[in-house]
Amino acid sequence: MSEPLLSARGLRLAFGGVRAADGIDLDVLRGEFLAIIGPNGAGKTTFINMTTGYLRPQAGTITYEGQPITGLQPRAIVRRGVARSFQLPQLFTEHTVEENVALALAARDGVWSPLAPLLRPRWRDEARETLERFGLTALADARADALNEGARKLADIAMAVALKPRLLLMDEPTSGVAASEKMGIVETLVRVLREAKVTAVFVEHDMDVVERFADRVAVWSQGRIAALGPPAEVLADPVVQREVIGIERHA
Amino acid sequence: MAEWFQDNSGLLGLALLDGLASAGLIFLVAVGLNLVFGVLRIVNVAHGSLYAIGAYAAASVGIFFASLGLPAWASLPALFIAAALVGVVLGPLIERFILRRIYGQEEVLQLLVTFALFMILEDVQKLIWGVQPVQHDVAMRYLGTFDVPFAGDVVPFTAYQLFVLPGVALVVLVGLAWFLRRTLTGRVIVAVTTDREAATAMGIDARRVFLLTFTFGAILAALGGALSSPTGAIVPGIGPQTIVLSFAVVATAGLGQTEGAALTALMIGLGRSIAVYFEPELEVVVPYIIMLAVLLVRPQGLFGTTTTRRI
Amino acid sequence: MRRFETLLGLAAAVLMVVAAILAPWLKFVLTIALAKGIAVIGIMLLLRAGQVSFGHAVFIGLSAYAVAFLAPAVPEALVLLIAGTAVATVSGLLIGLFVSRYREIFFGMLNLALSMVIYSVLEKFYSITKGTDGIRVELPRFAGMALERADFEWAIFALALVLAIGFALFARLYLASPMGQALSAIKTRETRLEFMGVPARQVLLSAYVLSALMGGVAGALIAMTTRHVTPLLAYWTASGELVFIAILGGAGSVLGPFLGAVTFELVRIYAGAAVADAWQMILGGVLLAVILFAPGGLWGMIQGALRRRAAP
Repeated sequence: MSEPLLSARGLRLAFGGVRAADGIDLDVLRGEFLAIIGPNGAGKTTFINMTTGYLRPQAGTITYEGQPITGLQPRAIVRRGVARSFQLPQLFTEHTVEENVALALAARDGVWSPLAPLLRPRWRDEARETLERFGLTALADARADALNEGARKLADIAMAVALKPRLLLMDEPTSGVAASEKMGIVETLVRVLREAKVTAVFVEHDMDVVERFADRVAVWSQGRIAALGPPAEVLADPVVQREVIGIERHA
Repeated sequence: MAEWFQDNSGLLGLALLDGLASAGLIFLVAVGLNLVFGVLRIVNVAHGSLYAIGAYAAASVGIFFASLGLPAWASLPALFIAAALVGVVLGPLIERFILRRIYGQEEVLQLLVTFALFMILEDVQKLIWGVQPVQHDVAMRYLGTFDVPFAGDVVPFTAYQLFVLPGVALVVLVGLAWFLRRTLTGRVIVAVTTDREAATAMGIDARRVFLLTFTFGAILAALGGALSSPTGAIVPGIGPQTIVLSFAVVATAGLGQTEGAALTALMIGLGRSIAVYFEPELEVVVPYIIMLAVLLVRPQGLFGTTTTRRI
Repeated sequence: MRRFETLLGLAAAVLMVVAAILAPWLKFVLTIALAKGIAVIGIMLLLRAGQVSFGHAVFIGLSAYAVAFLAPAVPEALVLLIAGTAVATVSGLLIGLFVSRYREIFFGMLNLALSMVIYSVLEKFYSITKGTDGIRVELPRFAGMALERADFEWAIFALALVLAIGFALFARLYLASPMGQALSAIKTRETRLEFMGVPARQVLLSAYVLSALMGGVAGALIAMTTRHVTPLLAYWTASGELVFIAILGGAGSVLGPFLGAVTFELVRIYAGAAVADAWQMILGGVLLAVILFAPGGLWGMIQGALRRRAAP
């Protein structure tokens, strides 16, 4: 097996008395889809926030492609190829969907670039092409604040994918999406990410989604990883079923 | 350094007494601004104009009382009556007919609406009271002077500046703290300040709270102006001067902090009066220097709290 | 719309020249309006990012004082323009490095406070700045030519017009560029910008420095037009006026600042002539009416009228 794409070792972070990360060790393998599950408050989002530079761990290291990235600014981490999407979609609400994606492309190529006027047609074409892959072509000219939740989620992820990351962290890509749309959205996502050869880590509450699409599952519990392995194995574990999935199904 | 303090301790003492009086006035204006911002989320640029109108109105009411043949002591309650009148008339008028129409709009528009109000009220003052200095210091003269020992001699301070100004500020501070913590209306105001969505979701009538708070803030601004009126001539331009000064206090203290505003007003009042005694050119600059220094180290202000955005 | 914008801009420029020829007193008013319009373009850039500066007149003031101080030593209008602009731009960079860390109300207040510090220095240090009396600006040469007063005024008017057109075109390109787009992204989702690898603070800082530069150009033009500079140029109410003009004109187009500035100056003059002590009140009333009934400003009104004609 090749060296992992991302390695976290001994990550610790406490807010007041709450231990959001209490010694996290995790390797993300190249090309895999890794699902993170666990009850609310277990520290799943905190892990994404630490990996992408929004929060700085109090202890521990994060290595990406063999280089330490612990405590770097979000924008420095993005430049190295780690992008993220958000539980609450973070779109530029005054712009259209296409402009949102085009701006992400401009950000990737450098907003300071003196070539910007020449690159604009290329960004527009590439934005349209990206939206097509996400099935959002019909909404390209809609203002971002006029979309429904499912479309906003997809647009949010499309912006992250436009950055051409090698690792994408998604915070609850299907939460708030109508049940009928859910599987469609996930299928779109998986297809796009496989095509682009992006390694993905995603926080998920829906066990059906996890079972169908994840290569491995990490179970979070009180800032620790309680179990890690293929979905069939992990989800069948009686402890996981009782401690995590039981709570999940309730919640 | 220690030597300098010893040599100048007398002057410093006098500066302290002067500073208390000016801190009292600054506090009254700043705390009103702060309260209005906390609840309405609008920085009221016209707040200084309410101060100026309070000052002019106090002089007018004082002169009117004198013309009725009332004794000199009546000029003291006249100050409070004038402030209440200004606040109770202008406050609801402004809130109900102008501010209410722009709640929830872009910040720049809200700011500009109060700037428009400021422009209008500046000229209202000129139309009513003219551009010549207005002076009415009966209240201050009535209370007489109080001798403060200095360098083997005495310096007469007016009892008004020595006791009334800091006293009223202290009463307002304590009264406000009590009102905000112990009364139902006060608690509602605090609730709306800390979390407007939650407060309105709980069924609090935001409109009533906004009206009440704005009127209250207007009264405090006018009271600051009214109390300042006996201490000197009232001239055009005191409104814009006062508002920038109270911005400085509010920003230094941290938005929404009542006791913090009091301490900051004290700090800035003292800073200014010390400057007057030792480096008069710096008087005007001192508040802003203090503000910049504080915000450089603590962007949220001395007593403000930060919140991390949830993403 | 963009073509209409260009045509309207050119028509307005021609109209201004004609007006200045027909009514010489208007030339002075229009020069000031063009200068302020240039400064307001800078305000507009910041407004795109959702930030309001209540202290930008300070860049006008600094540049104007630089011109007044240098005029006796370097009596050349074009050099003075560059010198004043340079002073404002460097100050803009220094102040910008500090204020670009802050947002919204704190951004506004810090700008206000810094401008008050500089205003007070201009007002209090009489020995150098002549305090509120201000300083007279000597009549400089223009491009090496020693001109009569009237001819010099024409030259400055022409210079202001050319610069106004130049800055309007520049602002249009800038706002359409990724830098300009990122500016409005600061207003809506700054965090996202960081997660896309864009340093939001530097985006805002570059807009800030540009706005100071434009304020500097305006200040130099104003100093050479009024030929007398006072601290009032930098007072916070003057800064408020710049924001006023931006809203009055409308932030939707680079023509807005000029529409706003010309209207503002004309209303001020006519109102001042009609009712000496109430011109501020009339301007305040206009501003209030615009915000309450036409929040898109004059440009928004023109746009609305066009749409109604296009789709009856």
